Amino acid sequence: MIKVANVSKSYGTTRVLDDVSLSLPKGGLTALIGPNGAGKSTLLSIMARLLSPDAGTVHVDGLDVFATPGAVLARRLAILKQNNQITPRLTVAELVAFGRFPYSRGRLTREDAERVSDAIAYVDLSAVQDRLIDELSGGQRQRAFIAMVLAQDPACLLLDEPLNNLDMKHAAAIMRLLRRAADDLGKTVVVVIHDINFASCHADRIVAMKEGRLILQEAPAAVMRPEVLRAVYDMDIAVHEIAGTRLAAYYR
Amino acid sequence: MLPREGSPGAARMFSPPFAGALAGLVALAGVSVLVGVGVTPLALFTGEAGHGLLVLAASRIPRTLALVFAGLAMGVCAALMQMMFRNRFVEPTTAGTAQAATLGLLVATIAAPDWPPLAKMAVATAFALVATLLFLKIIARVAFRGAVLVPLVGLMLGGVIDALSVFIAYRYDLLQALGAWTTGNFSGVLRGRYELLWLTVVLAGIAYATADRFTAAGLGDAFATNLGLDYRRIVAMGLAIVALATAACIATAGTVPFLGLIVANLVALALGDNLRRTLPWIALSGAAFLLACDIVGRLVRYPYEIPVGTVAGVAGSALFLYLLLRRRLRLG
Repeated sequence: MIKVANVSKSYGTTRVLDDVSLSLPKGGLTALIGPNGAGKSTLLSIMARLLSPDAGTVHVDGLDVFATPGAVLARRLAILKQNNQITPRLTVAELVAFGRFPYSRGRLTREDAERVSDAIAYVDLSAVQDRLIDELSGGQRQRAFIAMVLAQDPACLLLDEPLNNLDMKHAAAIMRLLRRAADDLGKTVVVVIHDINFASCHADRIVAMKEGRLILQEAPAAVMRPEVLRAVYDMDIAVHEIAGTRLAAYYR
Repeated sequence: MLPREGSPGAARMFSPPFAGALAGLVALAGVSVLVGVGVTPLALFTGEAGHGLLVLAASRIPRTLALVFAGLAMGVCAALMQMMFRNRFVEPTTAGTAQAATLGLLVATIAAPDWPPLAKMAVATAFALVATLLFLKIIARVAFRGAVLVPLVGLMLGGVIDALSVFIAYRYDLLQALGAWTTGNFSGVLRGRYELLWLTVVLAGIAYATADRFTAAGLGDAFATNLGLDYRRIVAMGLAIVALATAACIATAGTVPFLGLIVANLVALALGDNLRRTLPWIALSGAAFLLACDIVGRLVRYPYEIPVGTVAGVAGSALFLYLLLRRRLRLG
C-alpha cells in the first residue's frame, strides 16, 4: 500500500533521514514513534510529497508520489500537518468542503455536499458546522481538520502529531476516531505520535525511528518492552500490563 | 464553498445583503456623477448645446468608473496578498509592489516618453513583479517571521525604492509627475485616460473564479499541496494579478496606501477568510470606500478639491488604528 524505498534526506550537513525503507500493508493504524529529531515528521512529509527526498522513492497504491499529478494523488492520500500558527477564519462546513476540492475543484455537486455533511457528522461536529474554526476548542478544531481529510476520502491518511495540545479526553477521542476510520472505513492510517501509550492502546503496528533510521516495525506488544524502549529512547522505562494493554511509566 | 447548495458561490453573491450593498454602491456612483464644479446637477442633463452631457461623458462618468475600478482592484489585491503572504498587513503598498510600479512608470517615462500608456504600464508591471518577488525572497530568508516584521520589511523595501524614484525624478525634473502617481488623485481622469482600469475588472474576475485556490494557499503550502494544488503556481498567478492591477491603478490615477488592507481586514472580521464568499464584498467595499472618500474630497472645500489619497489617508488611519488595537485581530 505504502512503500518507502531507500529514502534519504539531509539539511545542510545534517542527515535527517538515512536510507529509510518501509512497507505498510493496506488498512490498519500505524504509529510512528521515536525521540525528537528522529525524522518522523520528515518521513511523513516525504510520504505525502510535501518534501522531496535527496534519494529514494515513495509509492502509494503503486503510484510514485513525486510523479503522479497532485489532483490524482489527493484522492488516494491525505496528510494533516500540525499548523499551529494560523487558524483560518472559515466555518467548519467551509473547511470540510475543501476536502472535496480534488473531486469538484470548488464547485460542489450534490454528492460532494452529502460527503461533507457525512464527514462532519462522523466527527460529531454537526451542531457547530456553521461556527468559525477559530471559535472552537482545540479538540473540536482538530476534529474539523480530520473531517476535512475524511471528506477527501483517501485510501491513506497521514497525520503529523494530531494529539498535540489536546487534553486527555480529546486526545483519546481523536485516537478512537482514527481507530474507527481504520476499522469501519478501511483507511490506512499512519500517525506520528509522542505518547507511546496511545500507540500501545490503539495502533496495529508501531514503527520506531531514531537518528534518521528506522529501527523496528512490530506489533505493540513486541515494542512495549523495557529493553526495546530503552533502545529507542535511551531511557529506562518500566512497562506494566493493565487490563491486557501494555503501558509505559515514563514519568519519573 | 458551502456544502448545502449546488453552486454556492453564485447563490451567496447575490444574497439580499449583497444586493443591498450593490445598490448602495450604485447610489454612491450616482452622487459621484452629479457632484462637481461648473455644472449644476440639473444642467448636466438639460444644459444648452449638450455642454452638460459632454461633462458627463468626458469627465464625470469616467472619473466615477475609474474610482470604482481602482477601489475594487486595491481591495482584491490586498486580499490576494494577505493570503499568499499569510499576513494580514501585506498589501501592494506594504510590500514594495506599488513603489516599484511607480519606479517602473518613471523609468518608462524617461527612457521611452513616446510609448503608449499600455506599454508604460507593462514596464510598471514588470517592475512590480520583480520587487514583489524580491520581497518574497527576503521574507523567506528572515529567520524571525513575526506578524509585524513582514510588512515592516515590505515598507522598508518600498522606502528604498521610493528613495530611488525621488532621486531619479529630481534629476530629470519629474517630481511633479512622481507626486501624481504616489498620491491617488482622480481629478485628472478623463475619457480616453482611464480605460486601462477596465483590466482590473477582468483581473478581479479571474481572482474570483480561482478564489478557492487562494484560500487554500492562505492555509499554507502543505494544505494546498494536500488538496492536489500547485502552491507555487497559485502564488505566481496571484503575483501576476496583483502586479498588473497595481500598475494599472498607478498608471491611471495613483494608489491609495492601506485602503485595500483596511477593506480586506474589515470584511475578514465580519465574514471570515473564505475568499469565494468574501471577495465580492471586498471588491464592493473597496470601490465604495474610494468613491465616498473622493466625494468627500470634492465637497469639503468646494469648489476646490482635496485629493482622494489625503481623505482616504485620514479615514483609513483611523480605521487602521482601530484594527491594530482590536484584540481579536489575530496577527498571523
